[in-house]
Amino acid sequence: MPGQTPSQTVGPFFDFGLINPGEENLLRGEPAGDRITIRGVVFDGDGAPVPDAMIETWQADANGIYNHPADPRRAEADPHFTGFARAATDPAGEYRIRTIRPGAVPGQAPHINVRVFARGMLIHAYTRVYFEDEAANAGDPVLNLKAVSDRRDTLISARDNTGGETAYRFDIRLQGDGETVFFNP
Amino acid sequence: MTEHAQAIDWSVHPPYLLPAYKSTIKRAPDRDRLVPLPTSLSELTGPVFGRDRIRPLDDDLTRSAVVNGDPLGERIIVVGKVVDDTGRPVPNTLVEIWQANAAGRYVHKNDRHAAPLDPNFIGAGRALTDANGEYRFTSIRPGAYPWGNHDNAWRPPHIHFSVCGGNFVSRLVTQMYFPGDPLLLLDPIYNGIPDEKGRERLIAKYAHDITEPFHALGYRFDIVLCGGRLTPFETREV
Repeated sequence: MPGQTPSQTVGPFFDFGLINPGEENLLRGEPAGDRITIRGVVFDGDGAPVPDAMIETWQADANGIYNHPADPRRAEADPHFTGFARAATDPAGEYRIRTIRPGAVPGQAPHINVRVFARGMLIHAYTRVYFEDEAANAGDPVLNLKAVSDRRDTLISARDNTGGETAYRFDIRLQGDGETVFFNP
Repeated sequence: MTEHAQAIDWSVHPPYLLPAYKSTIKRAPDRDRLVPLPTSLSELTGPVFGRDRIRPLDDDLTRSAVVNGDPLGERIIVVGKVVDDTGRPVPNTLVEIWQANAAGRYVHKNDRHAAPLDPNFIGAGRALTDANGEYRFTSIRPGAYPWGNHDNAWRPPHIHFSVCGGNFVSRLVTQMYFPGDPLLLLDPIYNGIPDEKGRERLIAKYAHDITEPFHALGYRFDIVLCGGRLTPFETREV
């Protein structure tokens, strides 16, 4: 088995290599489902916003199908929806993703998979966005992990319609009190 | 969901917290609090990119930004093979690179290094691996770059690599370094890799078979992604 290639930080100057216009918007035409915005601020261990972070998200479509060969239902995946987004944080540390509300992947509550990159992070971190107004959360196997129980709320986004759009706020705290649950996949 | 199979080999990846690299101190999650994640479709899947993402000159950074002449510096060709940690090639996966120019200056508004920009060089490229997992870029050897981490700190010349891989967990962002560079021993980011063999894997090998006469020096930089044991299906464009 070959050894893994070690990770290194994205550094401060990733924008011109990784951020492409429109990649924070997953809609390609008219996908099925409810259009939502996911937005939030990335905070460091002092509670200061992180203005040079990058967020990547991966999610199922409105029917809970991932547009990928490993999903047995892929043939029915929504052709107007890519599932993948990338966004840099702005000077206030805020990121914003335009997407549709994902359907439930079999056996799990609806969620969006998230990776966080930044200068000062030698390897990225994994987390998930769940939705506060989702009844299926009660039975979700990840939200019910014992190791998650005391920080479960850090994985659940809050509905926030200020600005006239359906938005969910998902702040990410890299360190300290209220540190977001990060996964070891 | 299936039983948890650890994808990331922490013996070869740098830790989140590395005090010698000061920016980690307030940005490092607590590794002891990471929650093992059971494997589900959310981890077994990931974005699939098509050829439509790649424009014709995206893999040739010496030509993609030409305004009034060739970019300055030493032309290089970097080739490599992307495989997963079971040894399987990773075909059709997106490889993105970005780098400083020959003078050590990035095309970025926040780069204040008083080295010249090159009007004919941006320093960003992208390619998809072929059916064998292989990629190829033509570029300019980047210069060393000063930073404020410690007194007289210089990053060794490097090319940033971003590779998506076949599933959500296989993602890798790393940096390729050049052989024989004395700055490597002084660099906390490079030396944060705990494993000597891991550090060696980030140094490209000079490849005379890739070098083109009177044109460019060749280097080989192979990449091994994690998460191979999670992937029961070959990821291919369909």
